[in-house]
Amino acid sequence: MPVRVLIPGPLRSYTSESSVVAASGESLAAIVDELDQRYPGIRFRIIDEQGAIRRHIKFFVNGVQAMNLQPRLQDDDEVMIVCALSGG
Amino acid sequence: MAQANAARERRLTLLVSTRKGLWRAQGDATRRSWKLSGPQFLGHIIHHCVADPRDGKTWLVAARTGHLGPTIFRSSDRGRSWHEAKQPPAFREGSGRVVDHTFWLTPGHSSQPGTWYAGTSPQGLFRSDDAGATWRGIDGFNEHPQRKSWCGGDQDQTPDGAKLHSVLIDPRDANHLYIAMSSGGVFESNDAGAGWHPLNRGVRADFLPMPDPEFGHDPHCVRLHPAAPDRLYQQNHCGIYRLDRPSDRWEDLSAAMPKSVGAIGFPMVLHPGDPDTLWVFPMDGSSVWPRVSPGGKPAVYRSVNGGKSWQRQATGLPKLQAWFTVKRQAMTADALAPAGVYFGTTSGEVWGSRDEGRSWKCLAAHLPHIYAIEVA
Repeated sequence: MPVRVLIPGPLRSYTSESSVVAASGESLAAIVDELDQRYPGIRFRIIDEQGAIRRHIKFFVNGVQAMNLQPRLQDDDEVMIVCALSGG
Repeated sequence: MAQANAARERRLTLLVSTRKGLWRAQGDATRRSWKLSGPQFLGHIIHHCVADPRDGKTWLVAARTGHLGPTIFRSSDRGRSWHEAKQPPAFREGSGRVVDHTFWLTPGHSSQPGTWYAGTSPQGLFRSDDAGATWRGIDGFNEHPQRKSWCGGDQDQTPDGAKLHSVLIDPRDANHLYIAMSSGGVFESNDAGAGWHPLNRGVRADFLPMPDPEFGHDPHCVRLHPAAPDRLYQQNHCGIYRLDRPSDRWEDLSAAMPKSVGAIGFPMVLHPGDPDTLWVFPMDGSSVWPRVSPGGKPAVYRSVNGGKSWQRQATGLPKLQAWFTVKRQAMTADALAPAGVYFGTTSGEVWGSRDEGRSWKCLAAHLPHIYAIEVA
């Protein structure tokens, strides 16, 4: 079973406006790489060139915040990508 | 003249980059009437949108949002459709540096179609050879052992981040480049970016402790005259300067500006055909640097003698209680005769003059904070 990935509004231009997509991978890093294969460009909007999660982006795995892309994933896990509510 | 006629036939489009998206203003054949369209990229922070004069149809946009990382969008049909760069400007993995946003875009030399340069915040220099689809860092600058000395730290610079801007290409030699950095100063390369040296003699840096530093200056905008490429002008944090190569010493033109106005500002625009004519838009750089029109009375200043003297050009502009200013990419000129001059304000107005600054008309209002204006 694939992992469910919840896509925030600012990234849905990449997913043809889909708010939930399925992805397969053993880690958060693998999921992000797969998303970038399918939706070119999405990775660099949320992960910088040094591999860090960008400042206003958060990842949650089954409701627990991931501070980097290392967490391992299992089938049926839910990954939520969040854009921080900030700015004006 | 042929260039002027061609521009007249296709009518001018102003590309208006703002903090909230991209707008276009299209002029009629007389440049009296302008029609605003847009937005495109609504909600995106557009630092620069530039048209490629070599093919007349390619436009590049430097974009990011408040939350998402930076990218480049490309159009090959004058903005009808857009495609995202496959590989936007990014520092080398392992360098520890992160591009916050692409700040400046420059089409490459006429002999190198498809080549573009990008300056970023923090200071980085990038090149594309496929019309903006993929970008690579110019190691001669980004990896230069003295880069950190030239620029200082990535996080401790100008309020919106340290910037590399004013990427200039000598029309006689594709390998001869200039860049400017806020802060860092002006630098020159004679080998397509493989090597760089400072070019700041004669420029004041009165915010630094040393009297005559080799680098560390704060150029706000540097322009090279396309018809006289040995002539450069610079609007600096510490005044207005001119450089006539092969000299490497800038001449300080600041004293010719009225004392009540000062010689601080961000943009600088050169006349397309006359190397002695240029425009600046002064701002209040006193005390805590309010960065507004001096006294709330906005005015353009024009020189027709290479900066030896300046004339105030404010006919049509608000006479008082107008506190906007103009950012370094937000002022430009067209190539018609007489030249049209245009600027966009921090309060979201686009102003234009079809008589070289003698009179001004508001072409658009109520837009977001304007970052850049370019002619397409």
